[in-house]
Amino acid sequence: MALINKDTVSNKMSGRILKNKIAKVIFFIATIIGLLFLGALAYRILTQGLGSLDMDFLTGFTSQSPDRAGIKAGVIGSLWLMSVTAPVTLIIGVATAIYLEEYAKRGRFTRFIQINLQNLAGVPSIVFGLLGLTIFVYIFKTGEIVLAGGLTLGLLVLPVIVVAAQESIRSVPNELREASYGMGATKWQTVRRIVLPAAIPGILTGGILALSRAIGETAPLLLVGAATAIFTLPSGIFDPYTAMPIQIYSWTKAPQPEFEYVASAGIIVLLVILLLLNSIAVFIRNKFSKRL
Amino acid sequence: MDSSKNKQDGLSVSERIEKNKQSNSSTAFVEKLVPKLLLMCATLSVLVTIGILYTLLSETFTFFSEVSVIEFFTSTHWNPWRDSYGILSLISGTLLITVTAMIIAIPLGVASAIFLSEYASDKVRRFLKPILEVLAGIPTVVYGFFALTFVTPMLEKIIPGLSFFNALSAGIVVGIMIVPMVASLTEDAMGAVPNVLREGAMALGATRLETTIKVVIPAALSGIIASFALAISRAIGETMIVAIAAGATPKFSFDPTQSIQTMTGYIVQVSTGDVSYGSTIYYSIYAVGTTLFVFTLIMNLLAQYISRRFREEY
Repeated sequence: MALINKDTVSNKMSGRILKNKIAKVIFFIATIIGLLFLGALAYRILTQGLGSLDMDFLTGFTSQSPDRAGIKAGVIGSLWLMSVTAPVTLIIGVATAIYLEEYAKRGRFTRFIQINLQNLAGVPSIVFGLLGLTIFVYIFKTGEIVLAGGLTLGLLVLPVIVVAAQESIRSVPNELREASYGMGATKWQTVRRIVLPAAIPGILTGGILALSRAIGETAPLLLVGAATAIFTLPSGIFDPYTAMPIQIYSWTKAPQPEFEYVASAGIIVLLVILLLLNSIAVFIRNKFSKRL
Repeated sequence: MDSSKNKQDGLSVSERIEKNKQSNSSTAFVEKLVPKLLLMCATLSVLVTIGILYTLLSETFTFFSEVSVIEFFTSTHWNPWRDSYGILSLISGTLLITVTAMIIAIPLGVASAIFLSEYASDKVRRFLKPILEVLAGIPTVVYGFFALTFVTPMLEKIIPGLSFFNALSAGIVVGIMIVPMVASLTEDAMGAVPNVLREGAMALGATRLETTIKVVIPAALSGIIASFALAISRAIGETMIVAIAAGATPKFSFDPTQSIQTMTGYIVQVSTGDVSYGSTIYYSIYAVGTTLFVFTLIMNLLAQYISRRFREEY
């Protein structure tokens, strides 16, 4: 009667359970490696950079000598860049998202724009640099100014904002729209007064994440001509500029080994700013996400 | 009530109707105008693509009027300052970085995804996932700095004869940078597999590992492979890490301990150097950029094709 031999089953079973346990440990370790790397990076940069990070570093220009180099021009330059990038991408990105979600018919053209955006998101940032170099710097002859850099970064992060805004507009419940139409509102009135206010937290979160990507971008700015050493601050969007990642890159490439510490200090400043931006995004998401 | 309000406005009924008509016509005007404005903005993303194609192609054509196409694609010598343009050495450098990065990113990414999606409790996942996402948000210039000043010195202790700038260190760090991307895309694909399948497998007596390997992964395979294709595309286009840590010596070799140069690295080298507008070297960055663009585009399209064509529907 004993078709099933309990001993063989339990013998095999213990092996399979052991395998499962070993695999779990392996998968866990693989997950932890990323964390360890992050920890090593943070530890290394903090121990190297904190020594050089003082008021002189924050308020000084870059210099030939490591003791006197500062990141002021980089921080101000990055802020100027964002003053161009943020409005341009937010307006165009949100408008694109509204069109695709609320107005466009589900046809070939809409799908074409969607696929196009998907592919744009996969284009390497340095290719956007080539685009900015040709279109802005040479064809429109803007020269190597904040405007050219900011617009290039804006085009680069456009797909990020569009996707975030689309998702957030899509998540506005249809009942709200129908109620608004029921009260006699037109389409644009509904979009402007009902859909957009309901979608704004998601749009802002996406926008901030896109900006934090733009602030950390280096390669396209190298192409559109951010200066590595600059000793006057830009006073408008038509002035030459530098940016935080560009300064860090130039310090990394500097021949004197002491610049390693300067670069670390610069990285701390950059990461702190990114951390602030991301905390704002998380804060907005948590504060407004329960409303609907 | 209404009539008293009308008197307060000081308007008769006919005047009110007139006023309403006016505001209606302006509303109608806005209603017609807004979709057109929005469409214009939506079209801009298409214009960006056209702009990219136009700049790349037109400058590349100028380049090929000065340098032979055959030499460009078959020669293995790349020294623009001595007029030898053979992109194969840049491509081999890019491949070296990509392969190293994938050796790191694919196992780590898939293993992390399996752990987060199949093994971890909700609490653990909520703790680990944001940390992995932080890795994805770190600027690449920071990774480059870390590769050069931390990973390379560490590797030097293990591998004697490692050159200061080398493909190995840059490739490893590119791989680590891509892990979160592979992990989150793979996890999404695995999360889309219905729980019914897992429960079925477990009811038949399969362990969690067997369920994962024999049921969940095959069901999510198209999404997982698509994430590999996207990861390869990211590694090919990665710029700052290789520009900082991999060196600037283009050579046709597959030795990861040596200094090499990638396509992206060359573009950075030229753009930060003293090259005048209109010289052959200036045009060469567009030819290299076009090649780079084609490579990444193929990988992106492949990813989209795989995830559309081979998706298992449940």
